Amino acid sequence: MTALAQTAYLTTRHVRFFLRQPWFIGIYLVQPVIWLLLFGALFKNVVEIPGFTIGASYIDYLVPGVLVMTALFSCGWSGMSIIEDLDRSIMDRLLATPIHRSAIIVGLNLYELVSFAIQALIIGGLALVLGAHFPGGLLGYSVLTLCAMLVGAIVASFSDAMALLLRQRESVIGINTLLTLPLTFLSGAFMPLKLAPDWISTVATYNPVNWAVEAGRDALSSTPDWSFVLPRIGLLVGLTILATAFATRTFRSYQRSL
Amino acid sequence: MNLDRPQHAGAGPGGAAINAVDLVKTYPGDVRALDGIGLNVEAGTIFGLLGPNGAGKSTTVKILTTLSRADSGTAHVMGVDVARQPDRVRRMIGLVGQHGAVDSEATGRENLILQGHLYGMGGAALRRRVDELLARFGLTDAAGRIVKTWSGGMQRKLDVASGLIHQPRVLFLDEPTTGLDPEARADLWAEVQRLSAEGLTILLTTHYLEEADRLAGQVAIIDRGKIVARGTPDELKSELRGDAIVVELRDSVRDGHASAVLELLDGVHDPSISGRTLRARADDGARSVPTVLAALDAAGIGVASVTVARPSLDDVYLRHTGRAYRPESQEATR
Repeated sequence: MTALAQTAYLTTRHVRFFLRQPWFIGIYLVQPVIWLLLFGALFKNVVEIPGFTIGASYIDYLVPGVLVMTALFSCGWSGMSIIEDLDRSIMDRLLATPIHRSAIIVGLNLYELVSFAIQALIIGGLALVLGAHFPGGLLGYSVLTLCAMLVGAIVASFSDAMALLLRQRESVIGINTLLTLPLTFLSGAFMPLKLAPDWISTVATYNPVNWAVEAGRDALSSTPDWSFVLPRIGLLVGLTILATAFATRTFRSYQRSL
Repeated sequence: MNLDRPQHAGAGPGGAAINAVDLVKTYPGDVRALDGIGLNVEAGTIFGLLGPNGAGKSTTVKILTTLSRADSGTAHVMGVDVARQPDRVRRMIGLVGQHGAVDSEATGRENLILQGHLYGMGGAALRRRVDELLARFGLTDAAGRIVKTWSGGMQRKLDVASGLIHQPRVLFLDEPTTGLDPEARADLWAEVQRLSAEGLTILLTTHYLEEADRLAGQVAIIDRGKIVARGTPDELKSELRGDAIVVELRDSVRDGHASAVLELLDGVHDPSISGRTLRARADDGARSVPTVLAALDAAGIGVASVTVARPSLDDVYLRHTGRAYRPESQEATR
């Protein structure tokens, strides 16, 4: 109970900071819109490729990909907040209080997910305006958002861990370029995997980003196959727990370096 | 004087608030940051930890506040082992770190409320405590403003107030007045003295010898990870023989040349030079000045000014570390 309360207080701190940065809010809101419009326009005609059997407009296909990608790209910067707190000694102050170490990680990651949820609403609304269809309805879109959040939480934890292990901005930038971009494109986010080379399909089978995209896309379809969706969500939940535990453990490494 | 004698844990009422025995800490690359530090701080006193860059002051504070762990040795705060029961220690201590760890994007009140929440405080009791601290530090009017708009002195007071929110038994102040203007510094000194008068135990590291002299009942000088001197400021000063003579030379001279000249004089001891500043001790300062000037003149060394002073902690410091104290230099962050 106390760990939950501590987490909530720390999440509140980050949310408050976010709400006081108008330009930051602006970037947050505009970024997913750009992805949606840009990729929507760029790949508009790929549905003409033989074998692209979704039968609907590309925007329908694109929404799950953009949503998961947005979660990755937003949450991947999570470690920057850790670096800020390290630089300003706020981390030392937190660590000198009797709070659970996990509350620091979870509190920050929850804030990332709260702000992502707002982005998810905007993407969904804009997609509808652009003529997308969500046969899976609100439930489907919520499951998709959940899948994207779980991937976001995993990436945020890795970003936090890198920040605590290496304590440099470059480490967080590194995780963003080396992890989030390849993971996004080694998935069916923008292109059905059966149109991709075999090796990419193989890699994608083990790629959590692809689990999220495919599970979310399936949940959003007219006939969700829950026996396909739920195991993937289960795997993502398991990975989220592992990644959070890993990030929490890196405090030991940080404190050894002090 | 055996400086590194072991001191046994004897905390509790009337005992030591902080007790450290033989703390050793090594960083990768075989950097020995602490090489057997022992400390004993009586409850209700102010203890000053002085030392040059990278001497180990901050490392010591980090171990005592459970942020870092020693490779070997033990430390107790209020009788509780910092390595074995860190959470119990954390409830009893307040930490005011070197860099002013306040959230500059939040208001003063928000900073204090969050800090209280993290100690499990809440509701009306927390609001009362926050109001009390804001009033005590003269921050009530600014409390609703974002902290980054505050002056450095106000931010530092908020930092101290945050460290006090849960009414700790022991307060750690790591260079609390570094970077403050003289007025803000005097203000904070007065507050530290008031806190001590109320029975709080305070461990203070400082760049300013004057600060330790003014505030601390006991002082330890730490150099290269070892404690090289300890005692009350007066005890340390009285260990020095006679007055301090400080000669500012007109030009810098070859290393050791000027001090070698003074070495030969009767009644003048411990000459040392740092840049163009030549220091020595004299049994009778005023009577030695003509002799010193004549000797330097004979050696062809030009003199810009001479001052004679009663011993200060600066002199103690110089004597024990072999270096003059330079308050403007930055302490290595670890």
